[in-house]
Amino acid sequence: MTTRLVVIGNGMVGHKLLEELAALGTPGLEITVLCEESRPAYDRVHLSEYFSGRSADELSLVTPGFFDQPGLHLRLATRAARIDRAFKRVTTADGEVIPYDKLVFATGSSPFVPPIPGNDRPGCLTYRTLDDLAALAGWGAQSKRGVVVGGGLLGLECAKAVRDMGLETHVVEFAPRLMAVQVDDGGGRILHRTIEELGLVVHTGKNTQAIVDGSGIDGANARHAMKFADGSTLETDLIVFSAGIRPRDELARQCDLGVGQRGGIMVDNFCRTRDRDVYAIGECAQWGGKVFGLVAPGYDMARVVAKHLHALLTREEARDLPEFAGADMSTKLKLMGVDVASLGDAHGATPGSRSYQFSDERRQVYKRLVVSEDGKRLLGGVLVGDATEYGTLLQMMLNGMDLPEAPESLILPASDGKSRPGLAVDALPAAAQVCSCNNVSKGQLCVAVAEGATSIGALKKATRAGTTCGGCVPLVTQIMKAEMARQGLAVNNHLCEHFAHSRQELYHLVRVERIRRFEDLLARHGQGLGCDICKPVAASILASCWNEFVLQQEHASLQDSNDYFLANIQKDGTYSVVPRMPGGEVTPDGLIAVGRIAKSYGLYTKLTGGQRVDLFGARLEQLPLIWEELIAAGFESGHAYGKSVRTVKSCVGSTWCRYGVQDSVGTAIDLENRYKGLRSPHKLKFAVSGCARECAEAQSKDVGVIATEQGWNLYVCGNGGMKPRHAELLAGDLDTATLIRYIDRFLMFYIRTADRLQRTSVWRDGLEGGMDYLRDVIVHDKLGLADELEAEMALVVDTYECEWKRAVTDPKVRARFRHFVNSEAGDDQVAFVPERGQIRPASAQEKRAFRGIPVVVETE
Amino acid sequence: MTNETSWISVCAVGDIVPDTGVCALVHGAQVAVFRVGGELYAIDNLDPCSGAAVLSRGLVGNLGERVVVASPIYKQHFDLRTGECVEAPEQAVRTWPVRRQGDHVQVGQADA
Repeated sequence: MTTRLVVIGNGMVGHKLLEELAALGTPGLEITVLCEESRPAYDRVHLSEYFSGRSADELSLVTPGFFDQPGLHLRLATRAARIDRAFKRVTTADGEVIPYDKLVFATGSSPFVPPIPGNDRPGCLTYRTLDDLAALAGWGAQSKRGVVVGGGLLGLECAKAVRDMGLETHVVEFAPRLMAVQVDDGGGRILHRTIEELGLVVHTGKNTQAIVDGSGIDGANARHAMKFADGSTLETDLIVFSAGIRPRDELARQCDLGVGQRGGIMVDNFCRTRDRDVYAIGECAQWGGKVFGLVAPGYDMARVVAKHLHALLTREEARDLPEFAGADMSTKLKLMGVDVASLGDAHGATPGSRSYQFSDERRQVYKRLVVSEDGKRLLGGVLVGDATEYGTLLQMMLNGMDLPEAPESLILPASDGKSRPGLAVDALPAAAQVCSCNNVSKGQLCVAVAEGATSIGALKKATRAGTTCGGCVPLVTQIMKAEMARQGLAVNNHLCEHFAHSRQELYHLVRVERIRRFEDLLARHGQGLGCDICKPVAASILASCWNEFVLQQEHASLQDSNDYFLANIQKDGTYSVVPRMPGGEVTPDGLIAVGRIAKSYGLYTKLTGGQRVDLFGARLEQLPLIWEELIAAGFESGHAYGKSVRTVKSCVGSTWCRYGVQDSVGTAIDLENRYKGLRSPHKLKFAVSGCARECAEAQSKDVGVIATEQGWNLYVCGNGGMKPRHAELLAGDLDTATLIRYIDRFLMFYIRTADRLQRTSVWRDGLEGGMDYLRDVIVHDKLGLADELEAEMALVVDTYECEWKRAVTDPKVRARFRHFVNSEAGDDQVAFVPERGQIRPASAQEKRAFRGIPVVVETE
Repeated sequence: MTNETSWISVCAVGDIVPDTGVCALVHGAQVAVFRVGGELYAIDNLDPCSGAAVLSRGLVGNLGERVVVASPIYKQHFDLRTGECVEAPEQAVRTWPVRRQGDHVQVGQADA
């Protein structure tokens, strides 16, 4: 028997319900989803990233193929207009009638627009949907100044978006401080100042009474003028209302479902309304007199309803059905680079509670703890400017853990500069919820670790912890490490038996002690002879730091065969040769030279994915000869053999393309010439696209650059290959000089901190704090490293030389390129057979057939 | 095997970069000769795992007590003293007598 479920709304919470139901695999369910917007669920938590370059597609929460599942019907741009509970049917705005057996309201909320005369003037906007953002972008383009009404969490997010559009940005707040709900006066003051230092103007305690035509007022030519109760006015070209939300409960009112006084469809612990066949979840629901305006409680409700429906429809004995039990409204977020967190009773409203405060006006940090009368339990807190302790404090509060003797030590900076002892994660109960967005407990994390998820990336994948807001990632990492240690899984990051150090530590030692040779490194910090793990790592670190010729006597023995012979070894012991073609640009004469050389040595030729030509089948002794000819034709080593910068792929860009907005080829060539030869923990691939069409596929690269009208967007940590991953926006609209500075810093920071053979995408997954952290380091220079990283890169750039040019002219090095030390003969194990007009290695069987016949490569 | 090994000089000691190997042609056979620390070692050059004659081009080092070379193709380690393949003992290679005679590196007949 089929049960018809209609879900009204496909926002984050509505979609979570669908995902939960799909995961439970409830049989016989026909689900119709009515979505008012023209696109399915997207991530509203990260909505403002739309203004820093994240596309609507990237914000989507819908996994490919999700709505192709049988029994699931998505109706986009379809608004539910009427509900007839007696006949159990929904009528859409187009007049279509859809019957249901079970109905779920997931209609969310709408922005509250204060009832101010003039609030409907053109250019008075709201900030909730992607359409709202598109409208804001449109108005922003014709405005100089923008005002955001509302200095709460969403208002400040929105102010960032307005500022990112390059407008003079003002925030108008009715309350005497910003984020009045979450922070206290002290926190509000620091926040106010920090935000003003970012170039915004903050007006608190302002009661807007009217919005009128601004043209001509005070000689200004603004679109609007806002009139405040204190008699002052503010001219502006656009206004965004972000002064709170109101539950979308109008349909519920229409069908008499029971709505709270301040809005919200009243629900019980199973999120059922007064009609047993109708549920409400998310911001449209009211539970215990409260509407929960955060995503985590909404997700909780979705899970509760999914389980409830599943149990009903499968007629399962379900005694332990989960119930919604309210939610902790603690939050942590980053507003314009400023950390703000609020926990529990942030204002110290609990009778008898005591509080501790710390403020540092130079660093613009404010912290407050609210503890119980006996000083044993944490009740709440506020963190502004630095919210590092959020995860620890939240767990202490939620789990009622004992506070240390001096609770203030939890927020005071330690005088010796070392970090404070964090939360003893061992003391956390297994049931402690670590990721509230996805409801993951410490116990679940530990199970996943035991089952083999021993990297932060693997753990996220296995449990989904840290995949929504990311706030819990530091704590998740701590738990993972503690659990690994407990299970005796060595959290041993020693490189190999010769060095009891990680790659990062070795890099640091080489830098700090200015070590220039492997034997010194081994003598000071290692043991034994070294091996095929630590030698190439040392070679790479030495090259990244000092950039000496990799084949000079003291470095030669460290090089992997590819680096030792500056070519890529193939399965039969021959090599492939790749001359550099920066940006994929090559002259006809260059192509002819490559073709002529390939032909004269009988090489197999193939184009690479990095826009150059690969020549296969070269014997060791031929390599210097081939390179002499390539160098004479103007080519340099392509470093295809190294763990180093490979290529910078490009599209033709504005030079030829009708759509191009910047010279992508020129920039690609400049980047490739700047970074060529740079040794790194793994290979590095770049691309530059001349417009948003992205023909160079820059978002699949370690470093991807995409042209904008204003400059360049810089994406990092993408990967094709085995585990494809889209690169993420690090910074937008950069001029070329800044672009290069950020890439310098990014590459050197990666080289400094990555593990051996760790591509940037995996490295990024393991970074605590993820992209925000990386942006802090690279763009905001939070670690104060920028100058150092740039100087380190400058050394590498300034000391570049073509390795092949050096190798063919250095007689000692050149003498190594022969198969036999005591004969001019070639390797008799190498044999080729023709295929499609070129050579290929002979198979073992073919080789046996050749036995006794001298093997010669035919050349003309 | 008689004790009258016939030795062939294949190169000068200085022709082998310290801690690397070279390939020598010895009575028509390819022999990988390594100079590791102060010692010389010689094994077959043919890598039985890949069928390519490349062992002389591998990185050398030690794994515990063993002095080894890592094949540049699939990275298996071969014990330079015994020819044993650490990862796949069935894939052993032959060892060859090797010695230093003055400034010369000399290779003898392959061990059986």
